[in-house]
Amino acid sequence: MMQQAVQAHAPAEGPAPLGAAISLKDLHLGYDRTDVIAGLSLDVQAGEFIALLGASGCGKTTLLRALAGFVPVRQGQILLDGTDLSHTPPEARGMAMMFQSYALWPHMTVAQNIGYGLKLRGQSRAQIAARVADIAGLVGLGDLTGRRIAALSGGQKQRVALARALAVDPPVLLLDEPLSNLDAGTRGTMRHEIRALQQRLGLTTILVTHDRQEAMSMADRVVILNRGRIAQIGTPEEVYHRPADSYVARFMGATNTLPVDLGGGEELILSLPDGARARLPRAALHVPQTVAPGPAELIFRSDAVELGEVNGAGQGGAGPNSAGLTLRGRVAQHSYLGSVYRHEIRIGALRLMADAARKMPIGADVDACIPATALSLFPARSQTAVTGSKAAAPVAHPL
Amino acid sequence: MPGLLRSTLVGLVLALLALAIFGPISNMILWAFTEQWYFPAKLPQAYGFAFWERVFRPQGNAMVSLVNSVLIACMTVVVSLAFAIPAGLALGRGRLPFRVVFLLLFLLPQAFPSLAVHMNIARIFYTIGLNGTFLGVVLVHALQGMVFSVWIAAAAFGAVDRELEEAAANMGARPLRVFFTVTLPLALPGLMASAIFVFLISLDEFTGTYFVGVPDITTMPLLLFTASMEGNYQIASITALLLLVPSVAFMLVIERFLKSDVLAKVGH
Repeated sequence: MMQQAVQAHAPAEGPAPLGAAISLKDLHLGYDRTDVIAGLSLDVQAGEFIALLGASGCGKTTLLRALAGFVPVRQGQILLDGTDLSHTPPEARGMAMMFQSYALWPHMTVAQNIGYGLKLRGQSRAQIAARVADIAGLVGLGDLTGRRIAALSGGQKQRVALARALAVDPPVLLLDEPLSNLDAGTRGTMRHEIRALQQRLGLTTILVTHDRQEAMSMADRVVILNRGRIAQIGTPEEVYHRPADSYVARFMGATNTLPVDLGGGEELILSLPDGARARLPRAALHVPQTVAPGPAELIFRSDAVELGEVNGAGQGGAGPNSAGLTLRGRVAQHSYLGSVYRHEIRIGALRLMADAARKMPIGADVDACIPATALSLFPARSQTAVTGSKAAAPVAHPL
Repeated sequence: MPGLLRSTLVGLVLALLALAIFGPISNMILWAFTEQWYFPAKLPQAYGFAFWERVFRPQGNAMVSLVNSVLIACMTVVVSLAFAIPAGLALGRGRLPFRVVFLLLFLLPQAFPSLAVHMNIARIFYTIGLNGTFLGVVLVHALQGMVFSVWIAAAAFGAVDRELEEAAANMGARPLRVFFTVTLPLALPGLMASAIFVFLISLDEFTGTYFVGVPDITTMPLLLFTASMEGNYQIASITALLLLVPSVAFMLVIERFLKSDVLAKVGH
């Protein structure tokens, strides 16, 4: 028994045991006749933290539920350390899931909820009690273990759900929007706590979320899903700064879209909607896809825009030609975001969002300078193809 | 002034309600302790326990009927739960085709006149030797309570959150284990409610017992019927009071385990 207790402590103290590696091969999942996930392949290393990020309806939750065994696999494989689990029932998969609703059993106490999996594994009462106390301490539940579920706050329920999942020493931890029901403050701390726990225990973790900040702050790699397909896989820095397509760019918060007409070779010649022309070195821009001459779109973040008054002397080096674009517009609206003021700039029929530390008065004429390195160039798409705009922050629509 | 009018009206309605509820009961209580009460008199002329002695004397079959009634009611609860749990599980989960048709099917015994139903059941039971047996009476009572037990059980199982079961499976519980540790405990309040209904229905059941049980099986309602037919109001009232005992006892037992707010959740 003593040995058991030591073993139970091990993940918390000793060298972190690695979770299992997951490999998805050509996975097809769906309900009724439609495939929600069609031909998805993904390799997750042992101990890695992966975030599945996407707008609602992109299939991320379906994918997570399929990993847990609640959605049947139509085609393809789910490999856990090389073993195919695609037709294993949920109870034999060993993937502990934390549900968005927490799914805590209201007819049990906190301790009974956490100890449920241990009881199933035939552990003695003393072992279960020790492990429950251990885990409760680990997730910061302290002495709440005797409470009923109904007597807990949202944040406490969330901790119980996490503790229940961790109690069984799962090789894989599945998190389904774990923080979406918490208030902003608790959410921030829980992000760090979950990440720290995951690192300490070495669990392979898959997080489903629609919150890009949550995905970026917690995960080693972010998988962005769009309509059942992987739009991009990469580190948070990669998906943030080097989006693979315009969907990813918009989803990662690049709210400004500038329709342009493209010409030239190594030097890009852009015809701006206001009729002006700009020349930019192709190498400076982020151009992940082949873009044919003709209609294209430039996408950039609101914080990349530098605002200057038109007559302003303090405009510095951002000239109208060389290392970026300069657009002249008028301030239509602004809002205070805490660290910056977000300005809505009208340039003809176009609206852009631009962040600045200083508040420009409404109606003022401004120069909006965007450095070439902050621009991403993508092939133009029809407006109907724009998806994910709901999940991203306000999108600049050409009017 | 409107306030006064309002409170007068409320008081009046409450008084009428109290009269409707307690009037018959108080009349019954009066009759139970009456030895003489002739027509023009507003109240009994003589009180006493003479009729209680008659009811409880060994050759009077009140005690046998009471035991029969309670036994039959308990067995009916067991039988109908044994049927309502699987049926409610199947119907409550909504996967069954023609779910509504099945639910309405259980209403059928109630939809036809109970005399017609019971007469024909008696005819069938007679041919297969169930007439005049405990089992026969229990089955008839279970049929009467079926619509309540199945409908309430279906609502109770339907109200159990699927994710709670998934969470148990996710922790490693096999389907049967999930059912006994999560589904059943969560549906229990509803099942208890259906048990109360079935128990009370069985305790009160008359026509079915009359057709299937008589003369071998006598229950309290039958005794009550015989006594009132004979104009023996004392015996009838005492029997009715006795009939209250198991009902109230059963409800008190249930109330100890169930709060009314749990019962109110049935069907949500």
